[in-house]
This record gives sequence, structure tokens and C-alpha cells, in this order.
Amino acid sequence: MNNTVIDAHNLTRIYDENTIPVYALNSVHLHITKGEFTAIKGPSGSGKTTLLNMLGGLDEPTEGYVNINGTNITQLKGNKLIDFRLNNIGFVFQSYNLIPVLTAQENIEFIMLLQKRPKAEREQRVTELLKEVGLIEKAGKRPGELSGGQQQRVAVARALAPKPQFILADEPTANLDSVSAGNLLDIMAKLNREEKMTFIFSTHDQRVIDRARRVITLEDGKIVSDTTPAPLVHTNS
Amino acid sequence: MIAKLTWRNLWRNRRRTLITMSSVTFAVFLAILMQSFQKGIFDNLVNNVVSFYYGYIQVHKQGYWNEQVLDNSFFYDDSLVMKLSGNPDIKGITPRIETFLLASVGNTTKGCMLVGTDPVKENLLTGLEAKIVEGKYFTNNEQAVLIAEGLAGKLKLSVDDTIILFGQGYHGAMAAAKYPVRGIVHFGSPALNDGLLYLPLTQAQFFLSAENMLTSLAVGIHEPEKMPAIQQQLLSVMGKSYEVMNWKELMPDIANHIKADGSSFYIFTGILYLIIAFGIFGTILMMTAERQYEFGMLIAIGMKKISLGKMLLFETLLITLLGVILGLLISLPFVFYFDKTPLRITGKMAEAYERFGFEALFPAAVNSSIFITQSLIVLVIAFLIGLYPLWHVSTINPVLAMKK
Ligand SMILES: Nc1ncnc2c1ncn2[C@@H]1O[C@H](COP(=O)(O)OP(=O)(O)OP(=O)(O)O)[C@@H](O)[C@H]1O
Ligand SMILES: [Mg+2]
Repeated sequence: MNNTVIDAHNLTRIYDENTIPVYALNSVHLHITKGEFTAIKGPSGSGKTTLLNMLGGLDEPTEGYVNINGTNITQLKGNKLIDFRLNNIGFVFQSYNLIPVLTAQENIEFIMLLQKRPKAEREQRVTELLKEVGLIEKAGKRPGELSGGQQQRVAVARALAPKPQFILADEPTANLDSVSAGNLLDIMAKLNREEKMTFIFSTHDQRVIDRARRVITLEDGKIVSDTTPAPLVHTNS
Repeated sequence: MIAKLTWRNLWRNRRRTLITMSSVTFAVFLAILMQSFQKGIFDNLVNNVVSFYYGYIQVHKQGYWNEQVLDNSFFYDDSLVMKLSGNPDIKGITPRIETFLLASVGNTTKGCMLVGTDPVKENLLTGLEAKIVEGKYFTNNEQAVLIAEGLAGKLKLSVDDTIILFGQGYHGAMAAAKYPVRGIVHFGSPALNDGLLYLPLTQAQFFLSAENMLTSLAVGIHEPEKMPAIQQQLLSVMGKSYEVMNWKELMPDIANHIKADGSSFYIFTGILYLIIAFGIFGTILMMTAERQYEFGMLIAIGMKKISLGKMLLFETLLITLLGVILGLLISLPFVFYFDKTPLRITGKMAEAYERFGFEALFPAAVNSSIFITQSLIVLVIAFLIGLYPLWHVSTINPVLAMKK
């Protein structure tokens, strides 16, 4: 049985092709299977963000392709690509994830509205998700009234709402204190464990790296180490 | 929810939104007020022009307007009446015979313009009876004159005195007679006030040896907008031996004055709208720049560019719409007030108006089409400007937009 969620082949991204070419990514091959909890680490400028943008269909590779569950997203354009992202990929960015004029609850609901989900389903799922990230009592608060860590938890809930194939998080804890960072990681790990949600996150933070089950290290746009994935919890039993 | 989002986005920068909105409000208010005055003054002017003497349209014998002599008169009979009576847009037709002659009292003699007219029809067209300041109005069969105030003063005439008229009648016939003065009429225009003398039509025709002859038919109409069509219709009915002229052709000076006023109004509102357009555009430009990151984020998580663009277009339209509604509401009482209480101007302008014989009143017209067009113009401008973020969003690359 094929559990591959992402198959990235020969990913190369060159900036400033015409002057001095910068290889932000250099022939990266990567397989992500369902249920992974994977960290991408590496020094600043090593290509973490570039790689995540490729996997999320936000940026086009100069060479190579990304295949997600059998769809070559490198060939998708315009609205098709946007729709694909909406329905298949959850995003958590470093900060300012949320629409400032919508409440936590509305921010989560908004993405399901984009999916044209019926109202009853949306409302039920919003409540469910807010409970999962422990923010049910903050449902009516706007991002400005939430702490950085709470905002990131709402962002995770929103990423989860459309039931994506996987969630990409580019340095989700970079702006958080260690307690909030630990909290966020707890929630992500719980979702990974209980809902088999696949997470791929980039980070500088060793404590975050320690929580990952697979760690990919980038340097100068190349994968220099990739720890063997630990056996998946759900395949044991 | 999109509506909620649009509404809240509007108030993210409360001050900027309020400034933009109030500039729209101000523009709409000013444009409506100006156009209402423009139309009010225009209508008033035209109404004055046509009702002070000429009527909207006049019919003469071909060539009369260039050479205004009795010999250029035409025969008025039932067939002519039939031809003209068919058009329901015509309010009334006043038959007149007009000529210059001398009027004298004692040793004083003055030149004047004799107008032979149908008292009832004349009154319908020009409200002559209301201009009586002394004495009474005359009737069809009376052998008596109405005399303009200025002329009466020069001749030192008062009501019931006798005036002697003499001059040339039709085809060089001698014309001389004396008449009692039945009433004295006041005209705003000095030219008319110093020169007009009225006789009932049949009496004038008899006096001038011009039975059934007329120099002009003054035509009153119900709706000024229909004037060109009526003129056209009269031209074809009357044929080549008559000339059919509208008030603009009869009084080109006044027509030009009104036209010039109109174009300066359009230039002014054009500039006004241009300023507003730049104001709204500036707001939109700042708004799109500030929210760049957010737009990138929304597109990244899966919002279609067209949906995002539409949302921004609605934001622009909503700001403008609120401004327009406010502008409408504020302008309403002003327009109604100035309709009821026209501005009364003084100075040179007033003199100019009075020379034409008009009261220098500037009323505002209450006309729903003005409110509608001005609002629509502003909304269309806003719509066009709202297309900018639509275009802008279509060019956004989420990765670049989210780079700090
Ligand atoms: N838009 C761009 N134009 C030119 N070069 C770019 C652009 N974006 C990234 N790069 C370059 O690509 C390389 C990889 O950048 P990337 O942002 O992926 O690194 P990163 O590992 O995410 O770094 P950080 O830890 O600082 O976030 C860097 O050398 C960077 O300078
Ligand atoms: Mg980065």
C-alpha cells in the first residue's frame, strides 16, 4: 500500500538566473508519507522556506516537480492551483496568519466558506477545532486580543479545518516564547497522533527539532542529512 | 460572512475611510446643488424669456424677422387655425399684429411699438393682466389701449386719458386714431417698458387697414423639452412661405448666455469629480499597499484572486455609496430650501438680468434626475477605480507579497 503523500523530485530553485545564480534549492529529492511529523532544519538561507513553498505550491521550481497524492502540482496554474491548495494543503506561517478583523472562530470558518461547506458543518467543525487547540473560550476574540501563541493555535486550527493532506508550517514557533512554543508543539503532536495529520515544519529551535520524528537538514539548498523516520505509531498495533 | 468582512475591513483605518467618504459626500453635495441651481436658473430664465413676450416659438411670414414691417404680414384664416390646432403639445397660440408708429399727447410725441393682440390669449401666454399697475385689463371688442408704464410717463398719461396714434398702415395706408387709456402695464425690461402699446387685435387690424392680417403667431407649449419636435412639426405643416423660429433664434444673446453658463458648470463638476477620483484612488492605493501581506496570505491558503478582488471592489463601492447617500441626504434640504427661497442676486449680474426684463432670482430646481445622475456618476467613477485592486490582486505572487 502506497502511503506517499508528497513526492518531490529533483527540486531546484535558482534565483537571479541572469546575474549570479543563487541555488536556493539544489536537486532535492524528498518523500513524505502519511502521518509523518517532520522537521526541516538548517542555517538561515539554507533553503527551508524555499522548500516549503515548493511543497505547498506557492512557488515554482526551476527544475523538478512536486507530486501530491498523484497530482503533479508543478503543472497546475491559476485557480486550479489555488483550489488545490485550499483543499489539500494546510498552511501555518511564522506570524500574521489571521485576518485581523475576524474573530478566531470566523477565521477558522472563513476557509471552510472558501470551500463552500454548508453552514451547519462549518459551525460544528469550528467548535470541534477550537476545542482541540484549547481555545473554545476565545472563540469571539480577534487576533489582536490573542497572544502570539494563541494566534498560532488558531492558525493551526484553520490549517486543519479544510481537512488537508498535510500541514506545512514555516517556523511556526519563531515568534513565540518557549512555553507557548511547547504548547503549540503539544497540540501539533496530538493532532498528528490522534488524527494522523501529517506535519512538515521548519525550525531553528532545537527543542522543536527534538519533538520531530524525522529531521531533514538542509545546507546551501541541499539535503545533508535525513534521519530515518521512526516507525509510525499507528502501524504498530 | 464576506459582507461582515467587507464591512469590518472598511473600518480598519477609520479616519482614512471617513475622510474618503466625506470627500465623496462633499462632491456629491456640491454637484447636486450646482446642477440644481443650474437647472433652476435655466428653467427660470427660459420661462422668463418666453413669457415676457415672445413665447417658445413664433411663426411669421417668411422674411419678416429680417425686415419687420407690416407688409411682411400674413393672412390669418380658419384653414391656418386648423393646421395649428392639431398638436396636443401646444398650449396656446397668440395671434399678433405688430408695427412701429407714433403716439402723441398734447405737444409730446413718442415712437412706440403697437401690439395688436387677442386679450385672452395674450394673457394666457404672457400674463399681461398681472402686469397692470393702474386701471384695468381690456377685452376683445374694446376700443382702448394698454400702455407701458415708461411710455405713459414720458407722455404724462394716466388712465382714461386719450392718446393719439398715427403712422402707416398696411400697403402704405394712412393710419390715425385716438383711444382712451384703459390700463398701464409694467415691464421689467426698459426696452419694453418705454415702448409698448397694446390694442385688441381686431381693433388694431382695423386701425392699420390690415383686416385678418398678422405679423406673428406666438406659440406656448406645455413641455419645454418638446420644443424642437414641435418646431419641426410646425415647419412641415406651415410650409415654405412661413418662418418658424424658437426663442433661441429669436433671442440669440440670451441663448448664448445660458449655453456659456452650462459649459462652465460641466468643466467645474468635471474638475470636482477628477479630484474625488484621485482621492478615492489614493485611498485604494494605500489600502492595497498596507494589506499586501494579508492578500498574499489569503491567496496562499486558497482564496481565489477574483474573490479577493471582488471583495476589495465592494469595499470601494461601499465607501463611495455611503458617501453618496450622505451627500444626497445633505443636499436634499438645501435644494428644497433654495427651490422655495431663491437666491436674490444684486450688482452687475442683477442689472444684466433686469435689462432683459427678468427678476434676478436664482432658484434651485428640485429634479430627481439630478440626484440620480450625480450619484450614478460618482458610483461609476468608484467602480472604475475599484477595478484597480481587482487588477492589482491578479498580479500578486503570494511568496513575494508575504516577504517582509
Ligand atoms: N525572492 C528571492 N530573490 C532572491 N533570492 C532569494 C529570494 N528568496 C530567497 N532567496 C535566497 O534563497 C536562499 C534560500 O532562502 P530561504 O528563505 O529559503 O532560506 P531559509 O532557510 O528559509 O532561511 P531563514 O532561516 O532565514 O528563513 C537564500 O540565499 C536567499 O537569499
Ligand atoms: Mg525561512
